Amino acid sequence: MNASTRDTRARAAHAVPAPAIPAPAATRPSPMAPLPYVVTSVHRDTYDTVTLVLEPEDAALPSWEPGQFTMMYAFGVGEIPVSVSGDPYRQDRLVHTVRDVGAVSHAIASARAGDVLGVRGPFGHGWLSDGWPQHDVVVVAGGLGLAPLRPVVYGLVAHRAKFGRVTLVVGARTPADLVYTREYEAWRSCGLDVRVTVDRATPDQDGRPWTGQVGLVTAPLARVALDPERTTAFVCGPEVMMRAAAEALADRGVSDQQILLSLERSMKCGIGVCGHCQLGPDLICRDGPCVTYRHAAPLLAVKEL
Amino acid sequence: MIALPLAFGHSAAGGEPAPGGRGARESASQLTVDGIGALVAELRRRGYRVIAPVRRDGALVLDEVRDAGELPWGLGVESGPGHYRLVERGDGQLFAGAAGPMPWKRFLRPPREKILDADRTPGGGFTVTEPDPSEEPPLAFLGVRPCDLRALTILDKALLTAGGRSGYAVRRSRAFIVAVECTEPAETCFCVSASAAQGVNCGPGADPAAAPGAPRHDLLLTEVTGGGGHRFLARSGSCRGAEVLARIAHTTADTRTIDAASRAVERAAASMRRTLPTVDLRSLMAASVEAKHWRDVAERCIACGNCTLVCPTCFCTTTEDTTDLTGAHAERWNSWDSCFDLDFSYIYGGEVRSSVQSRYRQWLTHKFGTWQDQFGDSGCVGCGRCIAWCPAGIDLTEELKALQSEWELEADDA
Repeated sequence: MNASTRDTRARAAHAVPAPAIPAPAATRPSPMAPLPYVVTSVHRDTYDTVTLVLEPEDAALPSWEPGQFTMMYAFGVGEIPVSVSGDPYRQDRLVHTVRDVGAVSHAIASARAGDVLGVRGPFGHGWLSDGWPQHDVVVVAGGLGLAPLRPVVYGLVAHRAKFGRVTLVVGARTPADLVYTREYEAWRSCGLDVRVTVDRATPDQDGRPWTGQVGLVTAPLARVALDPERTTAFVCGPEVMMRAAAEALADRGVSDQQILLSLERSMKCGIGVCGHCQLGPDLICRDGPCVTYRHAAPLLAVKEL
Repeated sequence: MIALPLAFGHSAAGGEPAPGGRGARESASQLTVDGIGALVAELRRRGYRVIAPVRRDGALVLDEVRDAGELPWGLGVESGPGHYRLVERGDGQLFAGAAGPMPWKRFLRPPREKILDADRTPGGGFTVTEPDPSEEPPLAFLGVRPCDLRALTILDKALLTAGGRSGYAVRRSRAFIVAVECTEPAETCFCVSASAAQGVNCGPGADPAAAPGAPRHDLLLTEVTGGGGHRFLARSGSCRGAEVLARIAHTTADTRTIDAASRAVERAAASMRRTLPTVDLRSLMAASVEAKHWRDVAERCIACGNCTLVCPTCFCTTTEDTTDLTGAHAERWNSWDSCFDLDFSYIYGGEVRSSVQSRYRQWLTHKFGTWQDQFGDSGCVGCGRCIAWCPAGIDLTEELKALQSEWELEADDA
């Protein structure tokens, strides 16, 4: 689906006829039934965040695209939406990065190798509805917003020669909140311009003092050399950060159709029938989470929408 | 207002056969009062669990009936904003009571529904099984008014396209629908206006079978009283409807009954005073996102969520996961949720819609605006339940008119 298709989706919905009432097929599982996946390894990213590698115990989910998410299930505790953060060329496994902030995420983040979790999905529209960018790429990530972007970064690294300038701007509240720090050097050595900044210069995860940049992602972003006509930007992080970053990129001439954001709302079902993830006309699980800034800007501008 | 074949009189005047669509004059039947009992018995004989309006707790609610004696003969409804009373009419009419507090969705997408069982396996894994709703007895809905028939179509668009063998999909595909033409709208009703706003053919007098994309029914009844006695015009809308009708004692409808039915329905449509603004409501909602009027509503709205519970199209649900005491058996339950609930929009970091005005805005703009973006239809059928059952007496038709005034004032200023 290209960007213009995405923007006309809402209008096209007017033509939707009443669907025929199907006699539901007896095949199972339904999109609501989690498939058991075994945790094969756990990597601790920060004091509150872990990355899990999961492999199907039996049946596997359909293949996923960068930017999509699954509903992860902790037995008897509940389900949460989590974006896939692994290598898109490794479809034999699922990689999820989870921050321990609630009952379900705590149960999932506490999983150990050998434990079994449930997954449904993958759901939603990913980053690459228009395919991979043709020229320059700017990736802007705030905090755990790097998780849904990492599959894109892996793709950029794997096919580095196909792209022009590739810049990754990573921000976090403190150095201890930065995820995937051990990969930054590898990405740099593959030709990515990786710039890191933090809001507060407290010691990093290993207790070392912070010697890098301090400030919002918009500061290093302002210094990135841009050819706006040839740039595609992927932005994910807290909403306020996404708005600031997208606005900065748009101010520098990047088309709002070439700036993509990943939106977050409460989700219970993943298939557009629970109603929780509404943002104006969108059901984020169905119409998002990845949308163009052109589409998102008016929605994000309204308080409490 | 879009010209609709709303009333029988219009089409009859045009030389068309009247109720039940083309050729209905030939195929329409009529039932006596006893025919309703026979209908309930026949549906039960076929294994249906028959759901119909019954009197309980001072209201007409929907519940299973075993014989026609349980039906609300002679009961009418008097309603207004924040007001609902049953009245004894003394005329023995069966379908004179307009929409009660319960919408039919209650039986297709129940307030609580188990959607998963999960059981631990010895290796530390688990198996998942989904309940099979086709093991439940099929449902027969007796007395679905045009507004509620249309609500089912709207729910279908929202819930069936997502796929999956949901309980809703299974129950809906098996449900037998006995629709009844509306001859007694309540003071809170505005289905004529709501359907006209959508360019669809429903409301009193509309022929559910004839309109393109119209809601489906298996049988359609119209209650007739007066000269000729208390009787029901009956038309089938499906093969199984015809089969059921064939098993019930009936006669070919006489002209007097057909004409009386036309007049009753025409009168009902003409008696409806409440209306929606005639502007394009999707545009009005889009233009009203930052309206001042939301603050005014929020001063009256107590965010109780009654409107979403009684609404025949509100479909939002949340999930709840539980385990038994051993921890080896887990379940997941769906339950109705409401966008008026603070927790509804919670994500890590806080609720998106913390103010009442933002929650009322979400509900109203969804019904009349973004529902069209999402499902290609309006989310409102004009049944008026949300007006009657709002403890604060908030009337969405009035709120829409206030928003329209604000919009027009702003347009004048600009």
